[in-house]
Amino acid sequence: MEFRTFVFYFLSAILVFAALRVVTLRNPVHAALHLVLAFFSASGIWILLQAEFLAIALILVYVGAVMVLFLFVVMLLDINLDRLREGFWSYLPLGAIVALLIVAEMGLVLGGMYWGILEGDVPQVEAGFSNVQAVGRLLFTEYVYPFELASVVLLVGIVAATALTLRDKRKSKSLSPSEQVFVKAKDRVRVLQMPAEKND
Amino acid sequence: MMVDTLHQLLPGFLIPHFDWLMQLGQDTFGGIWPGMVTLVWTVIKIMLIVAPLLLCVAYTTYAERKIIGAIQVRVGPNRVGPWGLIQPLADGLKVLLKEVVVPANADKAVFLLAPLFAFAPALVAWAVIPFNEFLVLANVNASLLFIMAVTSVSVYGIILAGWSPNSKYAFLGSMRAAAQMISYEVAMGLSLVVVLMVSNSLNLVEIVKVQSQGRFADMGLTFLSWNWLPLLPMFVVYIISIFAECNRAPFDLAEGESEIVGYHVEYSGMSFAVFQLAEYSAMLMGCTLISLLFLGGWSSPVGFLPDSILWLFIKIFAVLTLFFWVRATFPRYRYDQVMRLGWKVLIPVCMIWLAVVACWMLSPWNIWK
Repeated sequence: MEFRTFVFYFLSAILVFAALRVVTLRNPVHAALHLVLAFFSASGIWILLQAEFLAIALILVYVGAVMVLFLFVVMLLDINLDRLREGFWSYLPLGAIVALLIVAEMGLVLGGMYWGILEGDVPQVEAGFSNVQAVGRLLFTEYVYPFELASVVLLVGIVAATALTLRDKRKSKSLSPSEQVFVKAKDRVRVLQMPAEKND
Repeated sequence: MMVDTLHQLLPGFLIPHFDWLMQLGQDTFGGIWPGMVTLVWTVIKIMLIVAPLLLCVAYTTYAERKIIGAIQVRVGPNRVGPWGLIQPLADGLKVLLKEVVVPANADKAVFLLAPLFAFAPALVAWAVIPFNEFLVLANVNASLLFIMAVTSVSVYGIILAGWSPNSKYAFLGSMRAAAQMISYEVAMGLSLVVVLMVSNSLNLVEIVKVQSQGRFADMGLTFLSWNWLPLLPMFVVYIISIFAECNRAPFDLAEGESEIVGYHVEYSGMSFAVFQLAEYSAMLMGCTLISLLFLGGWSSPVGFLPDSILWLFIKIFAVLTLFFWVRATFPRYRYDQVMRLGWKVLIPVCMIWLAVVACWMLSPWNIWK
C-alpha cells in the first residue's frame, strides 16, 4: 500500500465518521463541530488531489465564515429536540427522495469513471504549477460574466439582509462620533460660583 | 530529502549505522518506508519550529512585563532568578499546579477542547512561514491564503469557550470578541489583496523577494523599497487589524479585566493559560507577518549589509515592542467604536487604496514590474 493511499483512507474514514455523527448527534452544537471536522478531512482529500486552492478556500469560506455563523445561530436559538423529532415520519418520503437523487448523482459520476465513460484520472502537474493562478486566470477571462453575475447576486443578498434588519424604524440609542468629537468641556460641565454660606 | 540532509549533518562515523538503519527499514516495511521516513522527518522539523516558538512565547510575556515596566518607570519582574529571568517558568509551573475547575452544567468535552481550538491555529500557521529563502517547513504556492484560512479557525476557540461553560457572561463576551475578530478579518484580507497585487504572488518567499527589488534597492536603500512605504495606508490598516485580531490593547475588550468580563471568565489553571499562550503566539505570528509582508522579511535595510535571518528577528522584535508600547500608552476602545473603526474607517480605506494601487499599476509610473 502506498503512503498516499493510506492517507486517503485515513482522511476518508474520519470524513465518513464525522458526516455520520453530524446526522446522528442530538446536540446541534456537537453536530456543527463534527461538520467542521468533516470539512477539514474533505479539504485534506482535495489537497491529495492537488486542488490546493479549493482545499484552502473550503477552510477559509466554510470553516472560517459559514460554520461560524451556523454556530451563532445554533447557540442563540433555543432548539427543542422533541419538537424537532415530531415531524420525522411525515418528512421521511421527501428526505428519501433527496437521498436517492444524491445517490444517483454520485453513482453517475463515480460509475462513469469506473466504466471509463468519463475521464477519471487526475492529471499530474509539475511541482511549480500554481493552482491559484490557473483558477484566477480562468475566472477572470473565460468565466468573467458568470463570475460577475455571481457577485451581483451576492450584492443583492447583502442589500436584502441590510434592508431586513432596518425593516422597522426603532428608536435606537445610536451615537454619532462626529458630533461627539466636537463636544467641549463647557457643554457637559457647568461650573457655578456660589457665595459661601454664613454661619449664624 | 531527509537522507541527503542527514548525510551532510551527521558526523562521519555515524553514517554507516544510519545507512544500515535505513536499509533495515526498507527491508522490513517495503513500499511504505519512504512515506514513513517523510513523516518522521516532518515531525522532527515541526518540533524544531514549535519548541523554540513556545520558548519565545514564554519570554514574550517576560519581555512585555519588563518593557511596560520600563515605560511606566517600574522595575518589572526581578525576584525569580537573575533579573527575573526565570519568572516565565515559575508562572508556567504555577498554572500547571492549579486546579482546572469545570462548571457544573458545562459541556465538558467542548469546554476542554475550546482552548486547543484557540491555540492550534496559531501554531499551524507557522508551517508556511519562511525564515529565509530556504528555511521554510512547507514552501507552498498559496502560503498567504493558507495563513488566512488557518487563522480564521481561531475564532472557534472563542465561540466555544463562551458557549460551553453555560454562563451568560462568558457567552456575551464571546459574542463580542467573535464579532470583533470577524469584522477585522475583512479589513485584514482586503489589505492583503493589495500586497498580493503588487507582488503578483501568494507565496511568502516571493513576496519578500519582490520587496528587495526596485529603484531604491538599486541605490542601496532597500528599506525604502519595502512594501511599507508605497503601501503605507495598507501597512497601517494591517497593523491595526492585527492588534484587533490578537485581542491586544487598545482592542482588548475580549479580556477587558477592569470593566467587562470576557469569554474566558470560567476558565482557570492550565486551560486559562492555554488561552494566554494562544494570544501570545498569535501576536508573534502577527509580528512575523507584518515583518514579512511590509518590512522586507530577512532582507537587510541597506545595500552594504548582507541579508540575514537576524534581520527578520530584529524586525519581529521591533514590531513586538510596538505592541507593548501601544499597550502601555493607549486606553481601551469602547466596543461600538471598535466596530465603527473596523467597518466604517478601515474597510473604506482599503477599498480606496485598492483602486488607487490598481490604477497605479496600470499607469506608466508602475514601480512593481
